[in-house]
Amino acid sequence: MLVHGEIWTTKEYFVYPNEYVTWAIQIVMYPYMTGLVAGAFVLSSLYHVFGVKQLKDIARFALVFSFALLPVAMMPLMLHLQQPFRGIEVMMTPHFTSAIAAFGIVFSTYATIVATEIWFVYRKYFVETATALKNKPDKGMIDSIRQLIFSALTLGAWDISHEALEKDHKAISIMAGIGIPVACFLHGYAGFIFGSVKANALWMTPLMPVIFIMSAVVSGIALCLLVYTVVMEMRKRMAKLKKPGSYGYQDLKHIRGVEDHEVKLTAKFLMIFMILAITLELLDLVFRGYTAMKSWDALRAVIYQRDAFKVFVLQYTIGNVLPFIMLLWPRITVKRAAIASVFVLFGVFMMRWNVVIGGQAFSSTFHGFMEYHFPWVPVNAETFKEGWPGVLMVAVTPFILFFILNKFVPVFLVEKEKEV
Amino acid sequence: MERRDFIKSAIVVVAGAAVPMSALELMNPKDVLAANPNLKWAFLVDTTKCVGCGMCVKACKTENDIPWTANVSRTWVERYVVTKEGKVWADCPKQARDGFTSPLLDENAAGKISVDPNDIAKGFFVPKLCNQCDNPPCAQVCPVGATYKTPDGPILVDRTWCIGCGYCIQSCPYGARFFHPIYHVADKCTWCYHRLHHGMKTACVGACPFGARQIGNLRDPNDPVTLAVLDGRIGVLKSYFGTKPQAFYIGLSKEVD
Repeated sequence: MLVHGEIWTTKEYFVYPNEYVTWAIQIVMYPYMTGLVAGAFVLSSLYHVFGVKQLKDIARFALVFSFALLPVAMMPLMLHLQQPFRGIEVMMTPHFTSAIAAFGIVFSTYATIVATEIWFVYRKYFVETATALKNKPDKGMIDSIRQLIFSALTLGAWDISHEALEKDHKAISIMAGIGIPVACFLHGYAGFIFGSVKANALWMTPLMPVIFIMSAVVSGIALCLLVYTVVMEMRKRMAKLKKPGSYGYQDLKHIRGVEDHEVKLTAKFLMIFMILAITLELLDLVFRGYTAMKSWDALRAVIYQRDAFKVFVLQYTIGNVLPFIMLLWPRITVKRAAIASVFVLFGVFMMRWNVVIGGQAFSSTFHGFMEYHFPWVPVNAETFKEGWPGVLMVAVTPFILFFILNKFVPVFLVEKEKEV
Repeated sequence: MERRDFIKSAIVVVAGAAVPMSALELMNPKDVLAANPNLKWAFLVDTTKCVGCGMCVKACKTENDIPWTANVSRTWVERYVVTKEGKVWADCPKQARDGFTSPLLDENAAGKISVDPNDIAKGFFVPKLCNQCDNPPCAQVCPVGATYKTPDGPILVDRTWCIGCGYCIQSCPYGARFFHPIYHVADKCTWCYHRLHHGMKTACVGACPFGARQIGNLRDPNDPVTLAVLDGRIGVLKSYFGTKPQAFYIGLSKEVD
């Protein structure tokens, strides 16, 4: 009879009999996804709060993408629970000495802030669309439904006078301003969940929340940069197919110019946050070696021997050094920035992996080790939820949600207006 | 009475009443009772008496409905072998439910290790179980309060409320917790709480043929466990975590943690 975690755990040397890798791939995905949410929001706030005007185009994109990522942040948690149907208890009967109990409050606060900000950003669009649909003669079924939806989305606020829109702008800045600390809290507390486990020598450090926030911003910016580039490439391809003057036509040169500009500037911010993240991670590593507490022998065996390839090759070299050089190299191109972002995303994923799985790679006895074998072939519910199918579900959902969201809050709205 | 006057007097009344009301809160009857309970369980393990027969593990698995073949247990016994060069070997084959029947050490994937008897400086057994800490990290981190500390000591898990997040399992420095293979919720040693409240000893204490395990009430000054804890030279496991373990050990060696 297998207990949870036994199927993918190999023990070596002396390990307590009850120890297994109980936090598997979904717990790697969890901080990864929340990190992307927080990072995307911080990127959008660079424009909304700090007034980095050049980021206007990507900021709107990042905001909507952050909202699409949000519901996905709790999916891995649900998938890893042994009793997923009781998951709602975290919201209903939170036990506040637990870091996880804060999830419901932080998560819903954050969701409210992002939703409110998006509403203010798109209110004018909702009103205009609903009005246009209302005035449209001979409407079909779909138009009527759309009119109903957009009218509902206005929440009854139909005033789009200059003064009203000014107020909207003020509200956006306020929401984005409140949003930054809340986004940092959302992810910082994910770091706290790990950092406060005193039983785990690798996790326990007050630096953990800060490290998590920095790497979150890095991964969020990298993903926005990558998806933004992909979407812009698609738009360029569309622009090539359409004739000037036809419906939805956009000037190819214009798109290329905007893309180039936005990507290059975003890449600069990406580098700044990468420096901060790597500095903190290395500080943590050096400090552990220097202080050499009781656990250090076990930790050193994991970091420098057993997981050395994952830590130093996959995480630091491919995930940090290589993309950093790519971004730093003169005459950066959109393509190079996008490829560097892929490496950065991979690096942050490996960092999460090395923290979550690496933290369970040694036994609390400090005499033995545990190795995690990813279940490539799902053979039961456990390996289905915490194997390929579960991971793919978590990874694909934000893009589906983004596609649907984009139907109601189009991220490239501003440029269309200009052309009209 | 004017509305303004009414509000003014209302504020005065509420502010004035707040002070005595808070005093009422301070004298919560539950706290008063807890300050002087007549029960406080403690466990005493005499490692010098343990021979590693595994009867305690057998009894525990049977009493507490932990599947015989599942590779988890609420209690287990560890074997330590220290060589003359100072190398420490330890093992715990099948949680020691069948006892230690082979001189080979079971090092899991590293295989069976043979230590030359002439090289051995010392060897001994250490029974382990939940320490029912006074500052339990497992109860602290449970996000839904499904695991809680009873007034008389033991920490319990509500099987109907546990969501199975595994946070408590991660937070226990002693490896005392695991997922129950049938109920799919966190499980742990309760010092047979159900038996204690019927005036019985725990299953492992009853099964130990050598008296290596004892349970007693710290509030009873004549209890042998209380006497041993008060005047004996005893140790606890991993005291540096600040968990305040309530399982006390006689003859703990520095290799054990």
